[in-house]
Amino acid sequence: MSTAQLSRTAPRAAGTGRRQAARTGANAARYAAVTLVALLFLLPFYLMVKTAVSPTTDIAGQTFVLWPSDPDWSSFSRVLQDPTFPRALLNSAVMAVVLTGGQIALAAMAGYAMARIPNRAARPLFSATIVVLLIPAATTFLPNFLIVARLGWVDSLRGLIIPGLFSAFNVFLFRQFFLNFPRELEEAGRLDGLGYFGVFRRIVVPNTLAFASALTVLGFVGSWNAFLWPLVVAGGGSGAVTVQVYLSSFLTAQTFDYSGLFAAALLSLVPVLLVFLVLQRWLVRGVAETGMGGG
Amino acid sequence: MSSSTASAPGRGGTSPAPSSTPASATAPRAATVKGSRLAFWVFVTPFLVGLVLFTVVPIVWSTGLSFFEARGTLTPTRFVGLGNYTHFLTDDAFTNSLGTFFVYALFIVPVTMAVSLGLAVLVNGLPRFQAFYRSALFLPVACSYVVGSLVWKLALFSGLPSGVANSALGVFGIPPVSWLGSSPYWWIVLISVRLWLQVGFYVVLFLAGLQRIPPVLYEAAMLDGISAGFRRFRYITWPQLRPTVAAVLLLLLVAAFQAFDEFLNLVPTNPSTRPPLVYLYNVALGAQRDFGLGSAGALILTTIMVVVALLQTRFFGFSAAEDRNGTSRRRRGGVQA
Repeated sequence: MSTAQLSRTAPRAAGTGRRQAARTGANAARYAAVTLVALLFLLPFYLMVKTAVSPTTDIAGQTFVLWPSDPDWSSFSRVLQDPTFPRALLNSAVMAVVLTGGQIALAAMAGYAMARIPNRAARPLFSATIVVLLIPAATTFLPNFLIVARLGWVDSLRGLIIPGLFSAFNVFLFRQFFLNFPRELEEAGRLDGLGYFGVFRRIVVPNTLAFASALTVLGFVGSWNAFLWPLVVAGGGSGAVTVQVYLSSFLTAQTFDYSGLFAAALLSLVPVLLVFLVLQRWLVRGVAETGMGGG
Repeated sequence: MSSSTASAPGRGGTSPAPSSTPASATAPRAATVKGSRLAFWVFVTPFLVGLVLFTVVPIVWSTGLSFFEARGTLTPTRFVGLGNYTHFLTDDAFTNSLGTFFVYALFIVPVTMAVSLGLAVLVNGLPRFQAFYRSALFLPVACSYVVGSLVWKLALFSGLPSGVANSALGVFGIPPVSWLGSSPYWWIVLISVRLWLQVGFYVVLFLAGLQRIPPVLYEAAMLDGISAGFRRFRYITWPQLRPTVAAVLLLLLVAAFQAFDEFLNLVPTNPSTRPPLVYLYNVALGAQRDFGLGSAGALILTTIMVVVALLQTRFFGFSAAEDRNGTSRRRRGGVQA
């Protein structure tokens, strides 16, 4: 992306000296502005670290302290020794991994069938998927809660995960993807004697990994950060509390262990930040191409 | 492979068109069609069962329950007809929550749009380090709304004199403000936290849109004497970005209507900052656990959302969906190359 941009601006740089000087000035202003905004965007991260290592006297004090004179990193080990916090981390991890993997697998299969396996039911099923797509998951939390309560899944990982496994939006995206999947590849597989399942497993899946990676990364971040549904299912009990519900319970109740709470918040960011750093390419691609994710 | 992907954007994306299969493929097709019915249903059934069990059944059951009185119990106790609906719609708390949504959307939608578009144009114009700045702006997307609320409430906009905002005001001799305690101030907190959490996401969307604009257009504009600045943005960038703008507008409106996380964490008990979803949550799973009234409310809010989505797609000539198709078709070349 950036190389294309470079080559685009390169020929223009060969203008007259005065125009070049003006351009350098404009660029300096651009960099100054965007650096200022970037620093503002990074400010909350600094505040998180600072508060996590600050004594309560600093926070309750009269003045803003840039960095504590005696930073205390023990807040991190303290929250990890509180048994409910590691438990919440584990619940979030199980939920995010199973939910994301299951969503992708189910949607890839259904999307492939609707796009590529001739069947009279394909079109009506796709129409039904579009209708479901228009129904926002957020406003239907109560109907879903009723079912989960009926099944006896309240306050359990099952209740947290299973209702979210069926993503109409992913099916829609996979169907669009497979519509443009090169037919020649599948036909080559058929000539080699593969059936539908063989073609899907040996040819379609390996060629879908890049696309699926983008959706996987987005799905992971989305389910790790989810709040409403985990609050509905697990907010009242202790069986399946996720990291977000754990943090929220301390935020809405009065808490005085600020450093512990901020340490927990920072630790809750670790998995997502790792995903961000390692898989940023897929993440940016996923956002840019599906417009999915966010709040 | 590259030739087939290059031709992909030219194909109409609407029809799966099995008829377009070349004639030479009929022989192997005839052999595989035998298993096609089984294969289709094996692939589709898991999703279909889930969809029925966790979307259709809940909505149908909830619709049924919405005509009954059901407080704290899943079994309906008394038939009330449309009573729950009229009760929900005429409750001041509900109309107030709609008002809250309008005021909130009036600020958060244009501000997010302007800030993210502005930043995207700014970053896109940088000769170097684009990836670095994009990452810095995108990093907050990693945070949950709970973590954002935590930092905003306890550090950035803490009511204490040591809070960042209050310290900044203190420099000018202004006494500390209780940010979450009174009217205009809590909106500053609520809007800025969402801005921080979502702007990076839309910057990436707009950057993708900007980089799809053919450079030829800018070169032609140069020849016409439009070299840079506002006119270039007005006559080339903006019209070319229209599909992205339409999609972002829809996403922002939907997200604003579903605002929940930061409201519940920052102002959980404040009745004057209660968007529709928080109100519904209070009715359905608050102290009363009124499942009948909550079901009616859930159906009302869902209907509003569906209508808004349909209106929006009509207004913009389905540009949101087309843009999505367009990008997803284009991506194929990029991913496989």
